[in-house]
Amino acid sequence: MGVGDPMGMPITHIMTSGMSGIRAAGDLVARMEMSKSMRVGDAKNYVAKKLGVSTLDLSDEYVMRELREELGIGVITSVAGAPKGIAAKMNIEKLLDIKINCCEKFRQKIR
Amino acid sequence: MGDGKRVYLTKEQILTDLRDGMADAVDLGDIPELSGDELDKLMDIITMPSRMVGVEAGMEVPVTHDIGTIRLDGDQGNSGVGIPSSRLVGCMVHERAFGADTMELGHIDYSFKPVKPVIAQEMQTMEVCQQNMIIPLLYGAMPNMGLYYTPDGPFENPGDLMKAFKIQEAQESMEHAAKHLTRDIVWIMQRMMASGADGVNFDTVGAAGDGDMYASLHAIEALRKQYPDMYIEAGMAGELMLGLHGEMAYDGTVLAGLWPHQQAPLVAKAGANIFGPVVNTNTSKSFAWNLGRAVTFVKAAVKASPIPCHVNMGMGVGGIPMLETPTIDAVSRASKAMVEIANVDGI
Repeated sequence: MGVGDPMGMPITHIMTSGMSGIRAAGDLVARMEMSKSMRVGDAKNYVAKKLGVSTLDLSDEYVMRELREELGIGVITSVAGAPKGIAAKMNIEKLLDIKINCCEKFRQKIR
Repeated sequence: MGDGKRVYLTKEQILTDLRDGMADAVDLGDIPELSGDELDKLMDIITMPSRMVGVEAGMEVPVTHDIGTIRLDGDQGNSGVGIPSSRLVGCMVHERAFGADTMELGHIDYSFKPVKPVIAQEMQTMEVCQQNMIIPLLYGAMPNMGLYYTPDGPFENPGDLMKAFKIQEAQESMEHAAKHLTRDIVWIMQRMMASGADGVNFDTVGAAGDGDMYASLHAIEALRKQYPDMYIEAGMAGELMLGLHGEMAYDGTVLAGLWPHQQAPLVAKAGANIFGPVVNTNTSKSFAWNLGRAVTFVKAAVKASPIPCHVNMGMGVGGIPMLETPTIDAVSRASKAMVEIANVDGI
């Protein structure tokens, strides 16, 4: 998307067409589009298969809320002790079988 | 209207405008028309009585962002809403309050060139953001080759040279500027990748004409060679690549005069993962005219593209009115139409 005030631009697009990010599985589908140049249908199929859910479930907050917590891939609300930031992204790497640059950099810094 | 003003049209007037907008795209781009069913669906979307509409369940697409957090903390007379906040806060608000699928970090000036003097700041902000965020976080900026010409840059302004009929000198100035722009983008992104960035978002490729696109494509090519797994998104500045140089080519294709469906394969060839087609809004025409035209152009681009397409849908593009506070009824309808009729992979 592009320029415009927050309510008129990102909020309206996300409410109309978006996948809700980490409220559901939007970040995971986006990662497959951007890491493997997958078209949206292929990216959804790939992620759904890895998660063991249907492609319809990828935008379903009810399904994804519990599943994300169980898999340790980050949830949108506060859960004490749940993986966050790079820890959650390391679990996403394993789940989707991809490498994430900041996780690689993090590993390189550990002695 | 294309400027955001509410007008009332009859069903027949809306259909006429949809057809006229579509015909303009077909004529300019030499691309196929929308089918009768697609026009009917566009008509349904535009005339839905509710304020907001939404895509059918299961058709949702991931969204990517231009402008970064500037829409929150920006306070310089554009669409930023001037909330004093750090960029980390801005990114996390997008992730956790807005439900964004991806986000980008951007510099307040938002062009690549001015990032160079503050690169250490940008690197450390990227590191801090990556430590805290889960969604993909790109570094975004505009190639903006105009900054390389006098009085802002080292090369003589091609506009001034052309006015003096020094055409060859103007072309040479653009070629020099393009080399410097490519070099700067690569230099900046090498450092951002060292700081954990997921990749880069080229915003408004071609804003300074074909030299701008030439430099961007070469930067994409160099970055892809060095970082095979880097996420690269390239969004255009306008629907038609302006031929300020006129003879610059990439992979044997002259860049001047390319429409979105012709730009997409070149961006893919350079090594990008996502292409962002643009169709400009005509402020004097109705929303229906602009949407019919934009959907026709973008549908052709999506079909021609070997990589996912995230259509540019900020104010003034993609059928959306040219207004800093884009009207929600129009944004929502344009968003749905792009997903369900143009078949975009994202917005």
